[in-house]
Amino acid sequence: MMKQLLLVMTLAFTFAIGHAAASAEFYEFETAEQERRFNQLAGELRCPKCQNQTIADSDAPLAQDMRQRVYEMVMAGESNQEIIEFMKVRYGDFVHYRPPVNRSTLILWLGPLLAFVIGIVVIVLNVRLRRHDDSELTPEEEARMRQVLANSDIDTNTDEENKEEHKQ
Amino acid sequence: MIGELGHFALALAFAFSALLAFIPLIGVARGHGGQMALARPLTYGMFIFTLISFIALVWGFLANDFSIAYVANNSNTALPAIYRFTAVWGSHEGSFLLWMLVQASWAAALALFSNRLPLVFAARVLAVMGMIGVGFYLFMLLTSNPFERTIPLIPVDGRDLNPLLQDPGMIIHPPLLYMGYVGFSVAFAFAIAALLGGRLDSAWARWSRPWTIAAWVFLTLGIMVGSWWAYYELGWGGWWFWDPVENASFMPWLAGTALMHSLAVTEKRGTFKSWTVLLAIAAFSLSLLGTFLVRSGVLVSVHAFAADPTRGMFLLGFLGVVIAGSLLLYAIRAAKVQSHSRYDLFSREVLLLGNNVVLVTATVVVMIGTLLPLFFQQLGLGNISIGEPFFDEMFMWLTIPFAIILGLGPLTRWRRQGFSEIRNSLGLALLLAVVLGFALPWIFADVVHGLAALGLILALWVVFTTVAELRMRVASREHKLPALVKLGRSHWGMVLGHLGFAVMVIGIAMVQNYEVERTVRMGPGDTFEERGYVFSFEEMYEWQGPNFISDTATFRVTRTDGSRVGIIKSEKRFYTVTRQMQTQTGLQVNPFRDLYIALGEELEDGSWAVRIHIKPFVRWIWGGSILMAIGGIFSMTDKRYRLRRRLRDERKREHDAAEQEAKA
Amino acid sequence: MNPKLKLAFFLMPLILFLLVAVFLFKGLFSDPTRLDSALVGREVPQFELPDLYQPDVIHDNRIIGQRPLLINVWATWCPTCYAEHTFLNQLLAEEQVYIIGLNYKDDSRGAAVRWLQNLGDPYAINLFDATGLLALDLGVYGAPETYVVDQHGVILYRHVGDLNERVWRREVGPIYYRAMRDAGLPIPEHRQELVL
Repeated sequence: MMKQLLLVMTLAFTFAIGHAAASAEFYEFETAEQERRFNQLAGELRCPKCQNQTIADSDAPLAQDMRQRVYEMVMAGESNQEIIEFMKVRYGDFVHYRPPVNRSTLILWLGPLLAFVIGIVVIVLNVRLRRHDDSELTPEEEARMRQVLANSDIDTNTDEENKEEHKQ
Repeated sequence: MIGELGHFALALAFAFSALLAFIPLIGVARGHGGQMALARPLTYGMFIFTLISFIALVWGFLANDFSIAYVANNSNTALPAIYRFTAVWGSHEGSFLLWMLVQASWAAALALFSNRLPLVFAARVLAVMGMIGVGFYLFMLLTSNPFERTIPLIPVDGRDLNPLLQDPGMIIHPPLLYMGYVGFSVAFAFAIAALLGGRLDSAWARWSRPWTIAAWVFLTLGIMVGSWWAYYELGWGGWWFWDPVENASFMPWLAGTALMHSLAVTEKRGTFKSWTVLLAIAAFSLSLLGTFLVRSGVLVSVHAFAADPTRGMFLLGFLGVVIAGSLLLYAIRAAKVQSHSRYDLFSREVLLLGNNVVLVTATVVVMIGTLLPLFFQQLGLGNISIGEPFFDEMFMWLTIPFAIILGLGPLTRWRRQGFSEIRNSLGLALLLAVVLGFALPWIFADVVHGLAALGLILALWVVFTTVAELRMRVASREHKLPALVKLGRSHWGMVLGHLGFAVMVIGIAMVQNYEVERTVRMGPGDTFEERGYVFSFEEMYEWQGPNFISDTATFRVTRTDGSRVGIIKSEKRFYTVTRQMQTQTGLQVNPFRDLYIALGEELEDGSWAVRIHIKPFVRWIWGGSILMAIGGIFSMTDKRYRLRRRLRDERKREHDAAEQEAKA
Repeated sequence: MNPKLKLAFFLMPLILFLLVAVFLFKGLFSDPTRLDSALVGREVPQFELPDLYQPDVIHDNRIIGQRPLLINVWATWCPTCYAEHTFLNQLLAEEQVYIIGLNYKDDSRGAAVRWLQNLGDPYAINLFDATGLLALDLGVYGAPETYVVDQHGVILYRHVGDLNERVWRREVGPIYYRAMRDAGLPIPEHRQELVL
């Protein structure tokens, strides 16, 4: 959120690219769909030169060149996939903010799913184990536990809520 | 002189934190009440000297003392006074001093309220706060001294504050964010103190819960203000960029949200103890990780502070000690925790656990997405970028189970719930949600986007189940309204929090699918029509601000039928000292849509590239966050956290616990 | 659960954290802005560009692929290129390294020509890429950049930033000389060690 140092960083770069003054650019589209696609693509492609910015967000000359190329390709009727491929051939997977699905990015795409599944399995096992544990409790322990639970219950829900629950 | 005073005060604060880190613990080990009681005055000392140090830096800015390097780099005589004040946290050193002040404030607040805690426990908690302080103060003193002098070459004037930060949003965003980040250190301290003492019980959860919620409220508001600021200040119309630095604040928020819910279970049912403690450690650890990512330069981000490997090394070392130490302690102690409570698969416990699983998965998504590019480079697998398309996709999938669980949870009783009892309420809620989810976009827009409908259905499901839950609570009452009021703040906190989430989901679903962005060439006199709005470029004028020159364009907005909507002023500013251009977005808002105009480049013929956005429901995203925060405030001010009742309860609890221990 | 297994289970978070910490530690010593070229291992893209000195002479891919060479991306607006220039001159003078200059989006043809007249011209061929056509195809993201191309016209390496003796000895030189050896061309005596 502190989008600071944005320009500072750009200036601090030892090998600067392009000219200081950005040339005025403006793209005319024939259809709103073309403009929407252009905006979408420009928002998904990364400016290789910048500090983690899309080519839509960046004022760097390289980003301008890439926008220009995206614009030309959109106007020439090339598909989103073709345009992204075009950029990937030149700048690598790096240029697209959606990483490819392949062996090395498996953890990215399946890691979250794995975490989710493990979580669910642990919950189910937990419930099962507890049921199992339960049978091993002596009647006294059981009574004691009930008492402890009942005590904590007083504070659990607000009093109103609690009464309500007992009624049901 | 004042600068040296500030530096000296910082050193004293460090000394206090160092004493705080071990004297109370020695007291605990020896059973020496006096030493334990020292925790409080030591904490106050740490706070007071941090405050003095902070005031010294503020004074440096207000008095334009450019002999202080940090002031010279981030301020200017032409800078308006309010921004000279906020420039204090405009860059690394000062913002870290603010962080320290916040940390010391939390510690002091803790000390102030700690007379409600058993002395041993209070001593441990404050000592942990001291330990955290030791690391931070050392970091400041050794690598990031904000009081460094420029002597003998004192500049005549300063280099000015980054124009992006000269904005009202920046006045409150960092303090709120830090209150949240650092606030989790309190939950962390409670967790460590409980592990040290070997007593993880409901009492611990109860003490720690209001503090956790408070930190969470601050973090929620901090992130919200940041998002809002980025939206209008950057001129790109985005409200979240999935930048590593944003992710760094989002991870503790997700973990903190999970913690809040898990604490509720631990407090009320005395179960999930070891899990809750782990979340408390995780929330603060993720805050620390975020600090490291932002301040070390290991990741590429537009936000990052200037990279400095020594700082990175220090922070990583500190991170290692704090996190690894606490996780080791956790492994040793938590393995021994027993819990005897029993619940069925369909019960509130399990649904809350399910909520935790989704939130943790979300944290994993953000973490992998943020760190994987770094790991890839280390492993020689090349460079990849992980951004919006990935995160949007993942979070869409995550929202589905999350919203379903969120709707079910409140309707479900602890321990065991028969499905048949709530089947009717659920069926009705589902039916209404699905019907309205499709009908609303169908009525109000020309196309029904699948994802928008999905978002609406999920949000409405949450809304209707929440209503159903409220109805159930008062079903048997004669006077419904008073019964609703009597439900208690904690309950209303939950209701508001969940509704806030629903509101936010509606906002996101609508703006993502129905927003319009057009870039048009316009000069004075030109008009442009889009979605029933006519934008007329009326005039362009130049004016001189305190430290900038502005080109301001005035747009008149009307409906196609000629009725007046409003005037939008959009600016392009040139900041003369920093020589940077800055867009000031023009907005015309109502609850259902924003009209957003940003000036692009000036084109050859005196016309401008004008970016016009129409953003339906975008305000609901922030409105929902505010609602969630209000929910948090309701929860933490519930009467059971208030003094008198608490004292009584705690005595009873302690008595119970002692009895239990004796039996065991 | 047996206690050891349980302890192992609760140690998981610690182990995960330590793993992450190792990467973060290594991350402190690497430059996150460094990018590998996507074109390594591929042929130089098709191009047709005018000569810097003679606008009507058009060069295409035929100038590449007879021998190992360097393609050096430069411009007069690039201060680092200035710093690099002396070393390029030295490479030509001392070991006749074949360098193709790619003048990238320069202010004007005249400025670029004057620069070479004043500082010396280390380039065997000078390409003038006013709009950054070839540069975009090469995935250039800043100047100066240097590509090592082998005798078959395949890109072997890309270096971003200036060339100097240190970079040459450590990174670029060994790749270039190995390509020379593979092409059966002589390697200067004092550079032999770089190939080993």
